Amino acid sequence: MRKARISFDGTIHEAFEWEGRLKLDDGRIVEEREVEWLTPIIPRTVFALGLNYADHAAELAFDAPTEPLVFLKGPNTFIGHHGFTRRPADVTYMHYECELAVIIGKTARHVKKEEAYQYVKGYSVANDYAIRDYLENYYRPNLRVKNRDTCTPFGPWLVYANEVSNPMNLKLTTHVNDKLVQEGTTADMIFDIPTLIEYFSSFMTLSENDVILTGTPKGSVDTAVGDVVVTEIEGVGRLVNTIIGDESFLNR
Amino acid sequence: MNNAKFKRTDSREFTSAVVSTERNSIKIEDNEINVSDIPLDNPITGTVYGTLMNFQGALERLGDAVNDKPYLSPPVAPVLYIKPANTFNRYGAGIPVPENESNLEMGASLGIVIGKTAVALTEETAMNYVAGYTIVNDVSVPHASLFRPAVQHKCRDGFCPIGPWIIDRDELKNPDDVIIRVYINDELKQENSTNNLIRPVPRLLVDVTEFMTLSPGDVLLVGVPENAPLAKIGDKVRIEIKGIGSLENVLVDEKSFSGGATQ
Repeated sequence: MRKARISFDGTIHEAFEWEGRLKLDDGRIVEEREVEWLTPIIPRTVFALGLNYADHAAELAFDAPTEPLVFLKGPNTFIGHHGFTRRPADVTYMHYECELAVIIGKTARHVKKEEAYQYVKGYSVANDYAIRDYLENYYRPNLRVKNRDTCTPFGPWLVYANEVSNPMNLKLTTHVNDKLVQEGTTADMIFDIPTLIEYFSSFMTLSENDVILTGTPKGSVDTAVGDVVVTEIEGVGRLVNTIIGDESFLNR
Repeated sequence: MNNAKFKRTDSREFTSAVVSTERNSIKIEDNEINVSDIPLDNPITGTVYGTLMNFQGALERLGDAVNDKPYLSPPVAPVLYIKPANTFNRYGAGIPVPENESNLEMGASLGIVIGKTAVALTEETAMNYVAGYTIVNDVSVPHASLFRPAVQHKCRDGFCPIGPWIIDRDELKNPDDVIIRVYINDELKQENSTNNLIRPVPRLLVDVTEFMTLSPGDVLLVGVPENAPLAKIGDKVRIEIKGIGSLENVLVDEKSFSGGATQ
């Protein structure tokens, strides 16, 4: 089962995939293009992994980490499927990052790897944009790079865990304007999902709707205003996003 | 007496009240009640953002190291971090000391509580977006390197006591000139003033909202002064901020901790 949160006719609904259309929680069947997609859940604490694929670490000239490199994200940065992400005019290098999002289903503390999947509610896709111009070497990657408004598209669906037989063997791709620019597999993660759940829950409590963005493989290239960026994970979803420029935000 | 709002653990709603910031008490009808006698909850409804090295002394402590590896240059923009929901803790509750840690840093900070959606503010109007102020203990496992995000050091359960209340903005004449004191077991261990901030409050709000929106109920910490005092299991820590009040907690063994905030 896969579930979305959408806005339709002036109110927010849960919606389920229904033969290529959407079945709303009130029984209506609507076309996907008729709705505004929100993030599939309202995230609580969001963890994001840096350098969790060896090929991406090498691409950025880093050794693969020996313990998870993690940073947190605030609610301001998330937008839904078919949303618009702002690229400031003065930046030279803004890249997408296609990532498998793991959504926690229940309170987790001191969980062992072997039991970790019991704590997963489901999966989604995230695009963890980074603007490298703003990188500084304090608590890197700093929030100015990674927690900007509109810079984390998330969705379209929450795909329940029982629908994903092996989350550690899923193909990830990113297309920019229909051209394939990033390709990898979750099999290449340095710290896999059970290891990450064991790691976080060893020193803090995880709760329902906490989200772990598990990192991105090689293939980061600069994006331009007007680009349509599609991050897709096999069996989980296809997340569409468009880059827009400063001109839409002039009246601040 | 000053106007404030607080939240009880046994209520979903905020209560507006008149409080004494010197005596740490709340006026309820004709009685003045000490905060220790009221089950106060963490008064926060949004996201808590910390600011790294916003005290002159905290930056100076790094010295020339700011130009060496791995930092390579002094910070340009505000360096922020998030204290996530599992860290939220309340007045009077225990701060859990993790197994294998003996001393924790008591990071005293003035917390700016946001009152309305704040995007790309200017210095002239930034203060209009502030609802009030509170006291935050940004607890950390001591860590020397500031190169990677300190999630393991700053995001443990109960590592962010906040309270006792939110003082109305207009009750504090100048947030850039308040004294912060930290007492451990009633002994003064630290004293500093927000007049040592690198980015004073309006400037900090401008530079943060340039890249991210702050929402009503969010809290922005102005920063932790250098040489944060250490505390161990059994110690009582009290952070006093003049004009706001004081926040008091005791450090406890992690095994005896059962959660601070109710949310």
